[in-house]
Amino acid sequence: METRGVRIGLGVWTLGVVAFLWLPLVVIAIYAFNSSQIQSWPISGWTLHWFRVAWSSPDVRSALWLSIQVGLLATGIAVLLGSMAAFGVHRFSFFGRESVSLLLLLPIALPGIITGLALQQAFTFANQQASWLPGLPFSMLTIVIGHATFCVVVVYNNVLARLRRTSGSLVEASMDLGADGWQTFRFVTWPAISTALVGGALLAFALSFDEVIVTTFTAGAQNTLPIFILNNINRGSQLPVINVVAFVVIVFTVLPVWASVRLTHTSGLSRRN
Amino acid sequence: MAVDAAPGAGSSRGARLRVSATFWRRPRLRLASLVGPPVGAYGLVYLGSLVVLLISGFWAVDAFTSQTVHVWNLDNYRTIFSTSDPTYWRIIGRTVLIAVAVTVADAVLAFPLAYYMARVATPRVRALLIVAVLLPLWSSYLVRIYSWRTILSTSGALNWAFNGLGLPDQHLSGTVWAMWLVFTYIWLPFMVLPVFAAIERVPDSYLEASGDLGARGGRTFRSVMLPLALPGVVAGSIFTFSLTLGDFITPALVGGGPGTSMIGSTVEANVGLNVPLAAALTAVPVLIMAAYLTIAKRLGAFEAL
Repeated sequence: METRGVRIGLGVWTLGVVAFLWLPLVVIAIYAFNSSQIQSWPISGWTLHWFRVAWSSPDVRSALWLSIQVGLLATGIAVLLGSMAAFGVHRFSFFGRESVSLLLLLPIALPGIITGLALQQAFTFANQQASWLPGLPFSMLTIVIGHATFCVVVVYNNVLARLRRTSGSLVEASMDLGADGWQTFRFVTWPAISTALVGGALLAFALSFDEVIVTTFTAGAQNTLPIFILNNINRGSQLPVINVVAFVVIVFTVLPVWASVRLTHTSGLSRRN
Repeated sequence: MAVDAAPGAGSSRGARLRVSATFWRRPRLRLASLVGPPVGAYGLVYLGSLVVLLISGFWAVDAFTSQTVHVWNLDNYRTIFSTSDPTYWRIIGRTVLIAVAVTVADAVLAFPLAYYMARVATPRVRALLIVAVLLPLWSSYLVRIYSWRTILSTSGALNWAFNGLGLPDQHLSGTVWAMWLVFTYIWLPFMVLPVFAAIERVPDSYLEASGDLGARGGRTFRSVMLPLALPGVVAGSIFTFSLTLGDFITPALVGGGPGTSMIGSTVEANVGLNVPLAAALTAVPVLIMAAYLTIAKRLGAFEAL
């Protein structure tokens, strides 16, 4: 239905929008190698100096280490809870089944500030008012809980989508041939879902690694890398280090996502066939 | 089966089989052990927190210590929806206006791109374009906003480009326009993907039928393609709208000038001073989104997600 002119027009538009999407990523990647301490475009020369400065900064190192720890722990919780929920929702029909998806989706459907403030208030309430609740001082643990709430849905969606595409008769065949539950899981179910699970875990890690809104509300005195960026953004002398940290955050989030896309071959949003 | 196996090897397999069999015979038990922990954790931690947040909106604050005091009252809501002082009304109105403007801009930018991806590009190019849209979506949100802050700054890349074209310097940083631009940028992939999915689902035969009935390209687009793709646009708008309503990082990094307060940044500013007021204010985006989702559902957006 499209004429040649329309096709060319659409192609040019597409190129323009994709360039718009990638422009800020390219700009920050170039700034990370800026030889001047002054942030002006175009950069005056190339250097790796700021990578050394950032690496030798104890603040940056502790923030990086905390971000990695939080990302791994939140991903672990997300993999466990997300895949359990996916298996339950896929295998059984029960009262409130539709609500499970909605419940898990809420933390990313509602603005992050609501999740963040709600968790902060709940932790404060548990610490100060409710002596019958276990106290939970603001620490790495509270950051992990905050991240896990919005990471679970990513793993859940990935695993559930894969389970729905996998034929149930494979499991029945395995049982008919005398395999027990564990063998069926190990040799039939696991090979079918493993890439979806790993893909979901990579996305969850990327989501956790750069999260800033919920983290500002659930962190104590600790800094994750994004919080480090946010705290230092108004200090001119720190900008070269921030550029390096920003570049590292991009690499740490883009690589897992790229790997995840390769593993799962999905467009990220569910598509019905 | 394993009856004749050596006793040592058989007992662990036997135990495993007994556990398997127990779970197999009691599907309710399997269901409870699978769905129980995640739903229980969410019910306790997440829903519990939301309830605490909702309740805090009805508490007050000690004027001297900024500590929350548990006195039930409606003062926070009276302050926000005041008939005499329009401060909060202005903030809410500004936020909704920006959210609408961002949604419209994203729809305009995304539609031709999604159309090209779904109906013009070869499978190879389509796969490439999907990755090109997905990677920015998932890569650091804070870093991309920070990058715009450097691009829009006085000695940034935008002024360099403007000067190269012989145009005068722009002073967007700190304005509502900068926030509009950056919000449009940040949420654009959330619009592209559902619109792409909706356009891709339109069967070719519908378009051929329209052509056979004598409609030209433009007419087919207006009468067949657009109505069928609309649920995708509405699905995308749920994200662009909702995310703009609650965001405070964009106002903090590229806004900040006079008349740039939004709901998110006002909540954030009140967290250290008056938590009950901040909690009451978070009810506003929730109410707006509830109304929006009701309309979106009527337009069939949930089928397009």
